[in-house]
Order: sequence, then C-alpha cells, then structure tokens
Amino acid sequence: MKAKFVIPLILFIVLVGFLAVGLNRDPREVPSPLINKPAPAFKVSQLADPSKSFSPEDLKGQVWVLNVWASWCVACREEHPMLVEMSKSQVAPLIGLDYKDKRTDAMEMLARQGNPYNLSAFDNDGRVGINYGVYGVPETYVIDKAGIIRFKQIGPITKEVLEKSMYPIIAQLKKE
Amino acid sequence: MNSKFIKLQQFLSCICLALFIHIAHADEATPLASDPALEQRLISISEEMRCLVCQNESLSGSRSELAQDLRREIRDLIKQGKTDAEIRTFMVDRYGDFILYRPPVKPTTWLLWIGPFVLMFAGIVALLMYLRRRNTQVATTSLSDDENKRIDALLRDDK
Amino acid sequence: MEYSMIPEIGHFALILALGVSIIQGVLPLIGAQQGRREWLVLARPATQISFVLLAISFAILAWCFYVNDFSVLYVAEHSNSQLPTVYRLGAVWGGHEGSLLLWIFLLTGWAFAVAQLSKTLDEFMVARVLGVLGLVATGLLLFVLATSNPFERLLPAAQDGRSLNPLLQDPGLVFHPPMLYMGYVGFSVAFAFAIASLLSGKLDAAWARWSRPWTTTAWIFLTLGIALGSWWAYYELGWGGWWFWDPVENASFMPWLIGTALLHSLAVTEKRGGFKNWTVLLAIIAFSMSLLGTFLVRSGVLTSVHAFATDPRRGIFILILLSLVVGSSLFLYALRAPKSTLGGAFSLMSRETLILLGNVFLVVAAGSVLLGTLYPLLIDALNLGKISVGPPYFNAVFVPIMVPVLFLLAIGPWANWKSTNLNALLKRLWLAAVVAVVAAILIPRMMGEFTILTALGFLLSFWIIASGVLQIIRQFKVGKPTRSFIGMQLGHIGIAVFVIGVTMVGAYQEEKDVRMAPGDTVSVGGYQIRLVEVRPAQGPNYQATRGTFELGRHGKTEEVLYPEKRNYDSSTMPMTEAAIDAGLTRDIYVSLGEPLEGNAWAVRVYYKPFVDWIWGGCLLMALGGLFAVMDKRYRLRLKK
Repeated sequence: MKAKFVIPLILFIVLVGFLAVGLNRDPREVPSPLINKPAPAFKVSQLADPSKSFSPEDLKGQVWVLNVWASWCVACREEHPMLVEMSKSQVAPLIGLDYKDKRTDAMEMLARQGNPYNLSAFDNDGRVGINYGVYGVPETYVIDKAGIIRFKQIGPITKEVLEKSMYPIIAQLKKE
Repeated sequence: MNSKFIKLQQFLSCICLALFIHIAHADEATPLASDPALEQRLISISEEMRCLVCQNESLSGSRSELAQDLRREIRDLIKQGKTDAEIRTFMVDRYGDFILYRPPVKPTTWLLWIGPFVLMFAGIVALLMYLRRRNTQVATTSLSDDENKRIDALLRDDK
Repeated sequence: MEYSMIPEIGHFALILALGVSIIQGVLPLIGAQQGRREWLVLARPATQISFVLLAISFAILAWCFYVNDFSVLYVAEHSNSQLPTVYRLGAVWGGHEGSLLLWIFLLTGWAFAVAQLSKTLDEFMVARVLGVLGLVATGLLLFVLATSNPFERLLPAAQDGRSLNPLLQDPGLVFHPPMLYMGYVGFSVAFAFAIASLLSGKLDAAWARWSRPWTTTAWIFLTLGIALGSWWAYYELGWGGWWFWDPVENASFMPWLIGTALLHSLAVTEKRGGFKNWTVLLAIIAFSMSLLGTFLVRSGVLTSVHAFATDPRRGIFILILLSLVVGSSLFLYALRAPKSTLGGAFSLMSRETLILLGNVFLVVAAGSVLLGTLYPLLIDALNLGKISVGPPYFNAVFVPIMVPVLFLLAIGPWANWKSTNLNALLKRLWLAAVVAVVAAILIPRMMGEFTILTALGFLLSFWIIASGVLQIIRQFKVGKPTRSFIGMQLGHIGIAVFVIGVTMVGAYQEEKDVRMAPGDTVSVGGYQIRLVEVRPAQGPNYQATRGTFELGRHGKTEEVLYPEKRNYDSSTMPMTEAAIDAGLTRDIYVSLGEPLEGNAWAVRVYYKPFVDWIWGGCLLMALGGLFAVMDKRYRLRLKK
C-alpha cells in the first residue's frame, strides 16, 4: 500500500495511545508549583487561643505536616481517622490550618471528633490558603527542616497515601 | 468514585454574577463597583483565568468562594499598581499554568501554538503538489450525461 | 410490593436487538463478499426489526419516566414526581444511559430510513451499507448491555427520584440532545456508504450521489443541534455568553467542520468524479469525530460541564469500540484507496480547486480545535505538567484559519468547473468587493468604534452577501433557480449573517453591573430600564424572587421584563433566570443578582446588538441544507 494512505491510521493509533493513558489521569487535579519551594511565610492567630499566633518559622529545623481543613468540609471528616493515626504515631508535628471557618464551629468539630493537631492556625479570610495554592479542602503539605515544601496531598489522606507516601517521605526528610 | 470535594458541590452552583457590595442612594442606578475602571481591568484579567473549583468557568464569571477570594486578591494587586503580567505571575506561582486559559508560550506549548499554522502550511503545500501531479494525468470516471439521465430515470421510476 | 415487569421487556428488547444487529452486521457483509444472495437479503428485514425493537425499548424507558417508576435506577436518578411532565420526558436523555439509548435508537432509525429509501440501489451495496450500520449498532448495544443498562432496577424502589438538575429543566435543553444526536448519528450513513464502496472496490461517482442527501440531512440536524445548545447557554446560564470552547462543545463542532468539508467534497465527487479518496476519508473522519466526541463526554478524560457521570470501565469500552471502528476503517482505506481511479481533470484555477482549498482550511480548523482540546491531556500523559487551553487560545487560532474560508466562499460559486478565467472572476466580483470595503469602513464608524477585527468581520460578511446577491440576480436572468442553488445561497448567506451577529455582539455590546432600589433606572444601549418592584413568586417545583423591570426609550415603556432567582426544591443552588427582550437588531438582557442593603438589588443588564443573528444565521444555513436535499434530483418515490 502506498505510504501516504497509511498516515491517517498511524495518526489515529497515536491518538488512541494518548487517550488510553488519559483514562488513568484525573483532569481536575491541579498539581502544586510549590513543591521544592519555600513554604510561604505567614503569621496568624491560633484557633484555640486567639491571643497566640503561629508562623511556619516556629517549626524551622523540624520536619512537619500542615493540614488544611474546615468544619464545613465533608471530605475532611473522611480523612480525620488518618490524621488521628498520624498524630498517635508521633512521626512529625501535625499543624492544622483552619480555612475560612468560624471559630466556634471549628472548635466544636474538634471537640466532637477529636483533635489530632498539635495546634491549629486560623486562616479567616483564606489569604494563607491562597498563598499555599489551596483550591479545595482538605489539602496537606509535608515541610522539611529548612522550611521547603517537599510533598503535597490533594484531597483526603487515605491509608495508602499515609503508608506509601507520607511516612516514607517524612522518614527520609528527618535523616537529612 | 469521585471524591466529595467541596469543589464538586460548588460545581453545580457556578453561575455567573460577580458580586460587589456598594452602598449609595440615587434615582439613576449606581454602579456596583466603586471603581468601574478598576473593575474593567479585573474582568479582563480574570476572564483569561480558570476557576479551579468550577473548572469550566472563568475566574471572572464563577460564583464560587475561591473565585471571589481570588478576584479580591487581583483587585488588591491592581490597587497596588501591579501590571497584568505581574498579576498573572502571582497566580501561576501559586496554582501553576493550569490557572491560565491562555497557555503560556514555552517549549511544552510550542506545538500547540505553532501547530495550527504548520498544519495550514502543510495542507496548502500538499494541495499544490497534488494539483500539479494531477494535471499530468487524465481520466474520466465521472458520469456522462447519458449515464446521468439513466440514473434520473431510475430514481424516478415506480418499480 | 408489586413491581411492574415493563422495564424488563425494555431490557429484553435490547438483548434481542443485539442478536438481530449481529445478524444484520455479519451475514450481509460476508454475503456480499462471497456472493451469497440468501445472506444479502437478510439486511433489510434485520434493519427493520432492529428499529422496531429499539423503538419499543426507548418507548418503554420514556414510559417509565412518564409514570414515575422509581424502581428503575436511571429514572430514580434523573427524575422526580414534582418534575413537570415535559421535563420528565426530556430527562429520558438527561443522563448517560438514556442518552446512549437515544443514540442507538436514532442509529437504527437512520438505518431503517436507508433500508426503506434504497430500493433502487444495487443490492450488494445495500447489504454492505446496512451491514456496516449493523456492526456499529452491535458495538454500541454491547456497550449498553455490559456497562450502561438504563433498565437496571433499584429494589426496593425509591420513594421519589433525585430530580433533574434545574439547569436542564428547560425547553431548549429538551430538544438539544435529540437534534445533536440526529446529526452525529446521521454521519454514520455517509460512513457506511464510504466503507461499502471501499469494500466493493467500486469507488465511483454514483456512491457520492447516494451519500449526498443523507450527509446533508445529518449536517442540517447537527447545525440546529449546536445552535440550540449555544442559544440555550446564552439565555439560561445568566451571563450572556454563547460559546465557551468547552471540550464537549468542541466535540460537536469538529464533526460539523468536517461535515461541511464533506458536503462540498461530495459535490465535486458527484459532478466531476474527483476527490474520491479525499471524500471517502472525510466521511470516515466525520463519523470518527462523532464517536470520539461520544468518548470524550463519557470517559472522564476531560473536564467539562457537559460530562456525564463517569466510570473508568465505560471509558475503556468506548475507547476499544472507537479503536475497532475507526482503526479498521482507516486500515481498509489504506488498503483500498490507492486502487481507485482519478476523476476528471481540472486546471489550477477552477471551482474544484477553490472547493478543495476551502476543504483544506476547514480540516485544518477542525484539527486545530482537536489539538487545543486534547493538548492538556497530551501534556499530562507525557508528565509535562498540567495546563489549560481555553477561549483565548481557540479564538486566536480559529479566526485566522476561518478568514480564508469566508473569503473563498464568495468566489467559489462564480468559478466554473474544470477551468475558470481569473479575469472573468474579477469582473464579476469587483462590485461585491466595493460593497464589502464600504461596509467595513462605514458600519464600525456608525456603531461608534472602529477596530481592525470588526472591520474584517464586516468586510467578509458583506463580501459574501454582496456576491450572493449578485449570483441571485444573474441566476434570475438565466432562468428559474434550482433548489440546489437556493440552498447554496441560503447556506452561504447564513454564514455571513452569523459573522455579522458575532462581530456586532463582540464589539458593541454593553454591560452594566448596578445597584438598584425600586424606582431606580439604568441606561444601556440607548434604553432605560426601571426597577418597579421585587417580590416572591412560586413555580411548580421552585420558589422564586421575581423582579419587575420596565424597558423603554424616550420616556415610553416598550416592554416589561421579569427576571427571577429561583430556588428549586431539589437543589440548594439558586438559579438565575434572566429576562430577555429579544429583537431583530438587539437583545436587552436583565439578570437579577443578590439582595443588597437598603431594599436594593444587584442587577446586571446587557445590551447585545444583533445577537440573534448568530442563531438566525445557523437557521438560514440549516434551511439552505433543506433546500439542497429537496432538489429534484433526489426526489425518490417510495414503493406504492
């Protein structure tokens, strides 16, 4: 057969190849450009005690985890047991960032479901979230001793994510 | 199963009305925006950005909370005197290229931007080559007038 | 509790239809290959039976919606007893399973029509065409029965259904999918004819003559379906846009572009025997685009407001189906196409060349839309990150590619077949050129703002209209115009009207976001709009806040508008129902927003000049297609 008549078939096969790969991807997921960049600085009040403040600076020198959550967020309830497990294992400080929430609602949720966080920072107007590229709660960051973001989990933390991704990374960062 | 993200719940609510709050009294309706010129610039910048929650809408039109927050940020940046390019950089630094509806021109998007025009050029060249080659060959397989009449008769026939 | 067995009948009908489709697909094709007459003749009756079975199945699904049978899972997920009857019927195709059933029903319908209207066609050809259609139906029926059964039961039955998304409870939305699918599915006929002629090795002008009316009819429906979707988005979504380059919009636009190229290419193949390979390839590509569109909407590969709820299994199945259908067609093409002979000769300057040139641009346009739509997927698959490709890209790329097409549109009909004289053409067209230039300079000035882009829009549209008018005048001097000729004029002028609408609205629309208390007035586009009052209102399945606005000029009220914000019982999200005063030369569009302090409301008003010309142009094009199909050449009388 003459070469040029095969071109449509070849182009189609290439197309199907890409579509097949695409079936396994999530087109809605927005990966973070902040990986391997410094965690943006901020200083906000703490959820439980408004007179105290929190800043990422406070944890310089440690590997720590920042979990963005809210009382109105349904998926956050899904991942809560994993957070509790993580805090029990004591691998790294777990700091919550309460995103666009009401203090009372947030405190109530922690009281009802248990508080896995060392503390929670209160991001009232969402500005901190924006700086961290938050677009849908829950989202979680693993930050290293130098204050660089090394891992981001978009969506609820599952057992698999915890065991296959987060624990190994935290262990590795601790050795650095 | 799709996760129960807040963004999926808000997905259904994404109908446009950018909301601005303004207080005034007059018979002639006052613009909602305190500074229409600034709002114009906001609209033209945010129109080319994608709402990350309702991903099929622009940042300008989306009613989702994140879109409102991001528009607030852009408004602040405009007031600070930032240029359009600086504002885009601000957004891309936080959300990546995904937030831009106009894909930036970089090596990974060269194919995208050049592609159509390469295609057009290739098409015209292929056409010219084809025409030139064809003119040297002559054959007639089109229907002759006679054959056409026969087909018409067939089509009109009752069988 | 007793459950009706009727849904099971519907399901059973589909299983039977699968069996019949297999017979319809396999036996006639083998029969034609081996000359077995007894298998050839199975084609028509199998097609007829398939259609009846699908009609029964579809009617039963519609019945389940009509009687609110919530023991059927699909009904429970997409309908609700509070839903008005009309929308309950529209809900039949509101979700994946039902719309797929509609697809197959229409496919068997088209096949049935071909079976009935092909009595004078060679029986080998008939067998092959119906056989191909049977194979496609088989694939889709397997898909439905394996992954997307609309008759799956929900036991125990739900008390009431989940209801239809309020956005879909609208007359425009009820008709949009059927129209669109008639178009998508209709291209399967041209596809089947193309495959049949490749199989038979007889790639000649007669094939083109048979394909043409079927293709034109499918194209008419696709045009109307797309226009309906666009118009719906405009009046329903509340912000006055009419095209978003959303992946699923693109999925319907690409077959349209290819279909338009195909229409013109078929004309050449029929008249002059030329472009046979190209036309066959276009026919394959047009239907492939339809299938690709089906894949994109239902697989979860792309984000879109249109996308149905997705299931990875479905995505894989459709991809396999797509690969088999298109892959085998293109393979057959690669094998057989080189063997076909050339058509009549023509010189570089001729109608054939101009049509072919137009084809090139249309196909490049479709290719560009495909590139833009799939590029994010491409980059992601290569692990190069995530990007978005939106309206700024498509507008930047699509417009320059279409400009040559619009330019050629006016010239093509003047050019003679085989060979045409450039000087003669110029003589015919200079007047049209003058009109175009004058329009390009004057109209923007009249409207208040001159930009290159708007001037270009008027230049091209008036160039086309003037050329068309001159053609019509010349034709009347020669004799009565054929319906084919009328069709061509309507189609071409339709595009020009469309371009005028797009240009006017794009350049000269006005928008105001204001705060209004009762008694306040806002001015837009030379009109004054006064808020009289805002009060609550009640609908069949929603509560609303309704505003009363008086629209007028020079102190006189011309119209009263009632925009609403609705809260549907079934949804927590408020819906905006804009009020539109539509007119030949402008729409005034009022949208009610949020309540503000001081008894005031946020209100958005638009002045949109000539916006209805966008869809008016599409209507003209569809009408043109209708005239073309009704040309005397194609009039067949059914066996009495």
